[in-house]
Amino acid sequence: MNHRWNFDAVWANPEALLAGAAGTLRIFAICLVLGLSLGLLVGLGRYSKRKWIYLPASAFVEFFRNTPVLVQILWFYFALPMLLPFEISPLMAAALGISLNSAAFSGEIFRGGIQSLERGQWEGAQALGMTQGQAMRRVILPQAIKRMLPALTNRAIEIFKMSTLASAVAYVELLQQGKLIASIHYNPIEAYAVIALLFFVFLYPMVQATYVLERRLRQGD
Amino acid sequence: MTDTPTPVPSAPLLRVTELRKQFGPAEVLKGIDLNVAPGDRIAILGASGSGKSTLLRCLNFMEKPSSGRVELGGSVVGTERMLRDGRVQTDYSERELTRVRQRVGMVFQQFNLFPHMTALGNVMEGLLTVKGLARELAATQARVQLARVGLADKADEYPARLSGGQKQRVAIARALAMEPELLLFDEPTSALDPELVGEVLRVIRALVDEGRTMLLVTHEVGFAYHFASRVLFIADGVIHEQGTPEEVLKHPRQARTQAFLARHNEFNF
Repeated sequence: MNHRWNFDAVWANPEALLAGAAGTLRIFAICLVLGLSLGLLVGLGRYSKRKWIYLPASAFVEFFRNTPVLVQILWFYFALPMLLPFEISPLMAAALGISLNSAAFSGEIFRGGIQSLERGQWEGAQALGMTQGQAMRRVILPQAIKRMLPALTNRAIEIFKMSTLASAVAYVELLQQGKLIASIHYNPIEAYAVIALLFFVFLYPMVQATYVLERRLRQGD
Repeated sequence: MTDTPTPVPSAPLLRVTELRKQFGPAEVLKGIDLNVAPGDRIAILGASGSGKSTLLRCLNFMEKPSSGRVELGGSVVGTERMLRDGRVQTDYSERELTRVRQRVGMVFQQFNLFPHMTALGNVMEGLLTVKGLARELAATQARVQLARVGLADKADEYPARLSGGQKQRVAIARALAMEPELLLFDEPTSALDPELVGEVLRVIRALVDEGRTMLLVTHEVGFAYHFASRVLFIADGVIHEQGTPEEVLKHPRQARTQAFLARHNEFNF
């Protein structure tokens, strides 16, 4: 085994990598926004005392936590169009799968964060005459989100990495471009190494930022 | 003859009839009757577990009564309906309770300040969110309330940087800002270091001079004597003895009241 490392072919076409990076960032942004905001709704839903809100929200969380994202993406891409009158693009299928999965996980983070607040905070708000919704918006959520930030940034990092699953439906993102380069130039060693490195370059600063964030939040208390 | 009804002399601001509260199988309040007229200052004493805090919490519906009636300003809180067996059940809507709580302020043992808001922000919050005041007007009114409790200079501090006594004074300012008709104090000094109790009691005493209607659950027998126009002694979920501070605290008739006072009356008053 004496491999001669040669990165020329990988770098020869920087546009391909750039397009991949743009695709990765696009699906990451979509899934982050959709996943977290839907997660907030699901988390609030699981906190609800009303059965018709609580039960569907719980079913949603259990379903998407206990099925693989890859299976969901494939189902949305290959199966769902058979049931619908329109086509589903690779981006739509992948974003749907990753967002719904993230919503299920971040919903649990939101629920836990809300439940971690003392009863007294609810009572302090209620005693002023606030409705449940006002108390949630003005008193509970601002404090809960501060406690949840570390867990939510971890979720964001997971979403970033999950974006590679979109390559299964040939959505143009970093891994998909890596696969193409590897198959055209027969250089999987270099191609996948560069893709891994590029993810590291994106993620390492993000992870470092979460450490700083966690430390600053601890000091605030 | 005239058709106008004769005004009832000092009609009760709050009338409580046969109030009961159960937590699972345990009955904590076993039928409380209570009238509070405007200007009344009622101190509620009793051993821990006697139901005195639960009674207070039922009056602004932090706990919903299991049965019985609460009337505020002459109108019944909740919707009463007759069950098949002849008992009356009261249904409370959150919307109505929200309105009731705007009229009945509460100060908690644990302050329950909002830690993510400054002292001023805490006092402003109800004015902004519940009363819908403009930010500047709310800030002006909140500053007045903070000045009243002697904390004008702490407006921009967060609760974490305030002492227990200061926190409780902010909490009192927060309740006062809503201009409640009735103010409930749930052991407001029990969570404080002894040296901080005085500053909170001084603020409450200043409210007495304003003629405010207040109910105070407390262990401070000495303060209750000077504060109250009427004292209730609660034991086993019923009002065991009541009367003027002189009657209940100096000349208690019931053995249990006497025993309680013997334990708690560490100070002369």
